[in-house]
Amino acid sequence: MKLRTKGAALLSAAVLAGALSGAAAQAQDKQFTIAVSIPAATHGWTGGVVYHAQEAEKQLEAAYPNIDVIVSTASSATAQVSSLEDLSATNELDALVILPFTSEELTGPVEQVASNGTFITVVDRGLADPSIQDLYVAGDNIAVGANTAQWLVEKLGGEGEIVVLRGIPTVIDDERIQGFTEVIDQSDIKILDIQYANWNQDEAFTLMQDYLGKYPNIDAVWANDDDMLLGVIEAVDQAEREDVQYMLGGNGMKQVIEMVKAGDERTPISTPYPPSMIASAMFMTAAQFAGQAPMRGSFKLDAPLITPQNADQFYFPDSPF
Amino acid sequence: MSSAEIASLPESEGFKIRWGDLAPFIALGVIILLGTMINSNFMSANNLLNVITRSAFIAIIGVGATFVIATGGLDLSIGSMLAFVVGIMIMAMNALAPALGPWAIPAGAVVALVVGSLCGLLNGLIVTVGRIEPFIVTLGTMGIFRALITYMTDGGSLSIDRSLRSAYRPLYFGDFLGVPYPVIITLVIALLGAFILYRTKYGRRVTAVGSNSDVARFSGVHVGGVRTMAFVIQGFCVAVAAICYVPRLGAATPTTGQLWELQVITAVVIGGTLLRGGKAHIWGTVAGALILEVIANVMVLSDMVSEYLVAAVQGAIIIIAMLAHRFTSSR
Repeated sequence: MKLRTKGAALLSAAVLAGALSGAAAQAQDKQFTIAVSIPAATHGWTGGVVYHAQEAEKQLEAAYPNIDVIVSTASSATAQVSSLEDLSATNELDALVILPFTSEELTGPVEQVASNGTFITVVDRGLADPSIQDLYVAGDNIAVGANTAQWLVEKLGGEGEIVVLRGIPTVIDDERIQGFTEVIDQSDIKILDIQYANWNQDEAFTLMQDYLGKYPNIDAVWANDDDMLLGVIEAVDQAEREDVQYMLGGNGMKQVIEMVKAGDERTPISTPYPPSMIASAMFMTAAQFAGQAPMRGSFKLDAPLITPQNADQFYFPDSPF
Repeated sequence: MSSAEIASLPESEGFKIRWGDLAPFIALGVIILLGTMINSNFMSANNLLNVITRSAFIAIIGVGATFVIATGGLDLSIGSMLAFVVGIMIMAMNALAPALGPWAIPAGAVVALVVGSLCGLLNGLIVTVGRIEPFIVTLGTMGIFRALITYMTDGGSLSIDRSLRSAYRPLYFGDFLGVPYPVIITLVIALLGAFILYRTKYGRRVTAVGSNSDVARFSGVHVGGVRTMAFVIQGFCVAVAAICYVPRLGAATPTTGQLWELQVITAVVIGGTLLRGGKAHIWGTVAGALILEVIANVMVLSDMVSEYLVAAVQGAIIIIAMLAHRFTSSR
C-alpha cells in the first residue's frame, strides 16, 4: 500500500514536470545516484559550469524524483582525484559525470570508478584512454576558431591584417588557434601577431595596447575568449583607433551576447563553447537511467555563429558567465 | 634607539653618489635603449605613456611592499587583497549609486581605503600578536581573499554600474597637463612613502627593525607596532591601486590581480630593497615596476622571440639585471 501511494506521488510529480512517459515509471522503484565532478569556479567559464551544473541538478531532481544528483567541485587535479575517491567510497554510484581537470592525471582514478560498473560520462576534456567512458560530451574547439575565421574572411573580403590573442597554453587553446589559422591561411589575410594573454582581461588589455602601438593598421582582432575580448575593447577605445573594424571573441559570455543582441558594429557575432554543456551531459546521463534512451557514444556540440537573430538561445542572464 | 638611528643615517643622506643605489635606474636605461633599437614605435609618446600608466599598479603596491619587506616581513596576499578590495569597492559604489549619483565614486574610494587598511591590519596583527611567520600568515590570507572575491563574483565577474562608468573612467584614461592621473597618483604615493621612510622617526625604525630586530628592541623600539604599521601601509597602498584599477576595465573577476604579489616583490627587490630587510629604496621600487612593464612591452614589440619563449627571456633579463646590480654595488 505504502509503496503504491509513493509510486502514485512519483507519477503525478512526473506528469507535472511533463518530462516523463510511461516507460520511466517502470524504472521508478529503483533509486539512482549520479555524481557530478567539476572544477571549482576559478574563472568565468568554470563559474558558468558550476552554475549550470547546480541548475541542472535542481531540474533533474524535480523531474525524476528517483534520481539523486551530487555535484562536487574541486580546485585542482589532485583535489579532483581525492573527491572522486570520497564520492565512490561514500556512495554507490550509478553514474559519474566528470569534467576532468587534466586528461592524464584523471584517467586512472576514473578507470577505478568505472571498474565498479559505474556509467561514465566525460565532458569537455577527454581522458587519455577513451575506452573507459560510456558517453562523451564536448564542444568543438576547432569549430570555434574555424567558424569565427570563416565569418571574418567573408567580412574582410579575403584580405586584411589581423592580430590574435590566445589563452593559457592548453589543448583547448591550441585547437582554437589551429581551427582559426587553418581557415585564415587559405585567404590573403595576414596574421600580424599571436601572443598569449592567459584568458585574462588585464593581460589582454595590456597586450592589445602593445599591438596597437606596434602596428599602425589592424583590420580586426580575434581574442579566443570573451573575457579577453572585454580587455581588448577597452584598449581600442582608449587609443581611439578607427582602423579596427571587428573585435571578436568566443565562448558566449553573457556581456558579449548582450553586445551581439544589441547589434554592436564591431562585435556582431560570437561563437559558443558553452559551459552549459555540463547540463547537456547530465540530462543525457539521466536519460540513460530514467528513460529507455541509450546514450552511449560521443556527442559533439556544434559551434554555430551567435548572431542577433539566435542570441536569445545562448543568453542566460542569471549565469555568472 | 640611537644606535639604530645611526646605523641607518647614511641611508637618509643621498648626497654621495652610490652606484648600487643607481643600479635599477641604469638597468631601466639599458632596457629602454634596447627597446628603442628593437622597434622604433617603442619611443612613441603613446607607447611610453601606456607603459608608464600600466606600471602604476605594481609601483603603488610596491611602495607599501617596500615597507613590509624593509621590516623583514613579506606579504603574499597583496594580489588577492587587491581583488577583494576592488570587489568590495564595486559593490559599495553600486549600492550607493542610486542615492548619491556620481558621489558614490569618492564614497566607494573611502570604503576601499578603510577596507584595505583593515586587511593590512589583520595581516599585521596575526604576524605580530600571533607570532607566526609572515610567509605563512599571508599565504593563508591570500587564499582567504581570493576565495572571497570568487564567492562575491560567483566565479564570473562583478561590474561597476553603467551610470558610474563614464564618470569614473577618466581616472585611469584621463590626464592632467599630459600626465595620466595614475602616474600622478604613483608619484604622490612614492613621495609620501619616501618622506615617511627617510624623514620620519617611524621610517628609521622600519629599517632598524629590519636590519636587527633584537637590537631595535633593546633600543626601545616597539618592534611589533612598527611591523604591524608596515602591513597597514601595505593595505592602504593596495587600496590606492584598487582605486586606479577599477576605472580601467570596470570589473572584478576571480583572476584580478593574480600573481601580482610576485611581480610586486620582484619590483621591490630589483629596486635594491633587501629581501631579508633593513634596506629600503622607494624610488628603486618604482624603477623596478617600470623595468618589469618595459620588458613585457619590448617582448611584444620585438619579433625575435617566439610566443612560447617570452616568459623565459623575461626571467633571464631579470636575473641579468640583478647580477649587474650585484657587481655594481660590490665595488
